[in-house]
Amino acid sequence: MAYDKFTTLTTTAVPLPIENVDTDQIIPARFLKATERVGFGDNLFRDWRYNSDNTPKEDFVLNNPKYNGKILIGGKNFGSGSSREHAAWAVYDYGFRCVVSSFFADIFKNNCLNIGVLPVQVSPAFLEVILEAVFKDPTTEVVVDLPSQTIRIPSTGDQESFDINVYKKDNMLNGFDDIDYLRSMEEEISSFADNTPL
Amino acid sequence: MKKTLFDKVWDSHVVRSIENGPDVLFIDRHMVHEVTSPVAFLGLKNRGAKVLYPGRTFATADHNTPTINQHLPVADPLSANQLRALEENATAHGISYWGLGHEKNGIVHVVGPEYGITQPGATIVCGDSHTSTHGAFGAIAFGIGTSEVEMVLTTQCIMQPKPKKMVIRVNGSLQNGVTPKDVALYIIAKLSTSGATGYFVEYAGNVFTEMSMEGRMTVCNLSIEMGARGGMMAPDKKTFDYIKDREFTPKGAAWDKAMSYWDTLYTEEGASFDKVYEFEGADIEPMITYGTNPGMGMGISKDIPLATDLEGGVATYQKSLVYMNYNEGDTMIGKSIDYVFLGSCTNGRIEDFRAFASIVKGRKKAEHVTAWLVPGSHQVEKAIKDEGILEILETAGFTLREPGCSACLAMNDDKIPAGKYAVSTSNRNFEGRQGPGSRTLLASPLVAAAAAVTGQVTDPRTLLQ
Repeated sequence: MAYDKFTTLTTTAVPLPIENVDTDQIIPARFLKATERVGFGDNLFRDWRYNSDNTPKEDFVLNNPKYNGKILIGGKNFGSGSSREHAAWAVYDYGFRCVVSSFFADIFKNNCLNIGVLPVQVSPAFLEVILEAVFKDPTTEVVVDLPSQTIRIPSTGDQESFDINVYKKDNMLNGFDDIDYLRSMEEEISSFADNTPL
Repeated sequence: MKKTLFDKVWDSHVVRSIENGPDVLFIDRHMVHEVTSPVAFLGLKNRGAKVLYPGRTFATADHNTPTINQHLPVADPLSANQLRALEENATAHGISYWGLGHEKNGIVHVVGPEYGITQPGATIVCGDSHTSTHGAFGAIAFGIGTSEVEMVLTTQCIMQPKPKKMVIRVNGSLQNGVTPKDVALYIIAKLSTSGATGYFVEYAGNVFTEMSMEGRMTVCNLSIEMGARGGMMAPDKKTFDYIKDREFTPKGAAWDKAMSYWDTLYTEEGASFDKVYEFEGADIEPMITYGTNPGMGMGISKDIPLATDLEGGVATYQKSLVYMNYNEGDTMIGKSIDYVFLGSCTNGRIEDFRAFASIVKGRKKAEHVTAWLVPGSHQVEKAIKDEGILEILETAGFTLREPGCSACLAMNDDKIPAGKYAVSTSNRNFEGRQGPGSRTLLASPLVAAAAAVTGQVTDPRTLLQ
């Protein structure tokens, strides 16, 4: 499924400075029973966001009206655990288009790239800078510029560049997905399959 | 250049290398289950695509299935709907389907090896992070997301950059009462849950070569818990003996041909790794976790570390102890527990039931403990009965459930209640993993058995003959 193109995102951000946020927190397993990709945002961070009687937990950041925007700022090792793409879908469906962290778990990062959510890995020092700016003033805008691979805070002048491989960058900029690419290789794949030992 | 085991398998599966981008990797075997596949099949339909090689994909239902009364219709309508979707999708596309009630049904990472789908030198993927299990056979096996499930169904390939290489060597003798699960939890505690992110791990050393295939599967299974995509071990005689004559392994001339490939699967002398870890087998104790990620584990006789002893991450550590209702410096031995879960793709194999039975034999389940013993497959279930293990378990006051993922991720009704403590042989102790508010202590089948008969965290070495 092709997805939205990603070029430059200018938005406020939601801070969640917790380390090792695992995919069971992002979307608990009991909400993985759907057969279509709809409605996962409602259960994003379900057990941190709601009490067992479904009333919102006032102290959780998604329930704090001060913070909103299309960027989620997470702590180190964001997205560890299960391979459930539902975690990336929940992040997307809630309205985030970019996740910033100083370190991402591998499969989560890959899943984000495959659905058009940009994972931006920054240095631990820059993560502190951006969190401080957002906590100090929740209306702080953050600019994520994919063509130039930079993330910046216009109000403070802080900025940093980030890595993304050329192929994935091109996909994100154009909204292409891997299956389009692979289907164009069908002959190459079938001749490879004919010669594989297993 | 000298090649590692990982290099050999990866490189031989690259269909195309994209400059400054990922490799296009051919996938030999694809396992699907009900939870991460329906949206992939939907995507396939929306594209008007077909499954390119249906014979390379195998479907089983496990995550969302009940572990009692499997002969009855599944009560939860959402679960039933997801199971029905898997059956319809598999049938429509000509994929082998082992649904609930089928003799081959079971946990995807247990049945794959049992039927010989898992083979050395293969690339194996599944929409499940514990696909790393199959690395025990010298396969490159790892978990993928649903977009990639669709990719493999449609094109039999995925696109991934080649990971960096890590070797973890453990040599020496293991102490009595130390199992493969303890070895893995020890390594994860040393490396942390992100210590191997970006790497593919090879396990080497006599501790692993001396392990059974079941033990090797337990170790490789847990590779993802230190962030690695996967982990693998070089195949050897034990591997070949295990897979020979299984339903999907090659026979006759095809076996000989495969053997000529499998014989090349080892790391060459002088091949280099990006990272090397070495541990001493004798240093490893029976392990237990005290926090809310698998890296928060320690020798069972130790005390929970003090915040002042940590290198960073104090806020997360404290949050985790609050969740567990433990204090820094607490001793784990003697802590009361409420539930015991034996099972999962980590420890749901026959060897795990043998270990559990070795402790509960001649003892009784503690009265206040609820124990869920869940075999990984019908083959495991059958072996439990055939070997007389069921009788030992029942005499000790335990009952056996039917195969499935069960309380490992608590998608079905097997949920640990809020606030309760479970000693669990599964793989994750994340907040709420085994049910909202549940508290998980990860451990080996021996530690689980010791807890089940004493009702508290107990060093299994004190109960072993």
